[in-house]
Amino acid sequence: MPFTNEQLERYSRHIILKEIGAKGQKKLLNAKVLIIGAGGLGAPAALYLAAAGVGTIGIADADVVDLSNLQRQVIHSTNDIGKRKVESAAETMRAINPDVTVNTYYQFVNSDNILDLIKDYDFILDGTDNFPAKFLINDACVMAKKPLSHAGIIRFKGQLMTILPGEGPCYRCIFKNPPPKDAVPTCKQAGVIGAMGGVIGSLQAMEAVKYITGVGELLSGYLLTYDALKMEFHKIKLPPRGNGCAVCSDHPTITTLIDYEQAVCDLH
Amino acid sequence: MKITVAGTVKEVADGLTVSQLIEQENVETPRYVTVSINEEFIESGTFETHILKEGDEVEFLYFMGGGAYAFYQ
Repeated sequence: MPFTNEQLERYSRHIILKEIGAKGQKKLLNAKVLIIGAGGLGAPAALYLAAAGVGTIGIADADVVDLSNLQRQVIHSTNDIGKRKVESAAETMRAINPDVTVNTYYQFVNSDNILDLIKDYDFILDGTDNFPAKFLINDACVMAKKPLSHAGIIRFKGQLMTILPGEGPCYRCIFKNPPPKDAVPTCKQAGVIGAMGGVIGSLQAMEAVKYITGVGELLSGYLLTYDALKMEFHKIKLPPRGNGCAVCSDHPTITTLIDYEQAVCDLH
Repeated sequence: MKITVAGTVKEVADGLTVSQLIEQENVETPRYVTVSINEEFIESGTFETHILKEGDEVEFLYFMGGGAYAFYQ
């Protein structure tokens, strides 16, 4: 389908980029991205992906908007307090760009539903807080061969990596198992500077756009860390995929999804 | 001897072990940090015995949560 005049104008700053062009914009309009978690990371990522004209955006979250979210979860407003985050996020995305079809999933992810959740999407963005979910999402994406942007934020620090199953290393290549409950501080316990979600979530959106359009080099095989206090980005080169990894090596020992235990109340 | 820690060149004592470096660097949650040396992960069980060499490039990789609350049940 040709662009409408409105689309030509809306996406003109993309189309004029030689790396994107009309072809790249078409790819974005035909793409499907799933954002798991409509919080500090998912909020800015969803805003930029909707504005970019990613044709279908899925957003999954089982929480409602709380006053304490608004310091960083910029897709929600004061008027949205008490509303399901997926609905609040969907309304904002639709208001930004009517080209976007938003699918909402008001549910927790677990080993029963995750494969079904990700199967129709081209790229998955992990914006969750807790380690059981991060391991589950990683393993599911490796098993289903779905590209994934993983990220984490705490205090004045953030990090992300892009996982291309079968090509580059995965989250479990670095971290073999989730840490015990309360062994590692969470944002609720330790705090997080609001703009950190903006920095790292926007980088996740950037990776999604690059993956969809095939532009540039993805953050596969690296962990990018950001320290806001030192104002330093650092790119850590990772060993190649598989090196004994329980899930992504050629002879995996983990072949079914695992629901690790985590006390939800500790993270709320 | 000189080693590189998280991209910064540092002068450290000869014979320094990974455990000692973790202590010197005030690594948070030292039990749960992943260490890579010259782009290879080393087993956490060897931190105490692994002696660093001149020119080693050491990286600490940390667990980091963050994002949406407790998206899991």
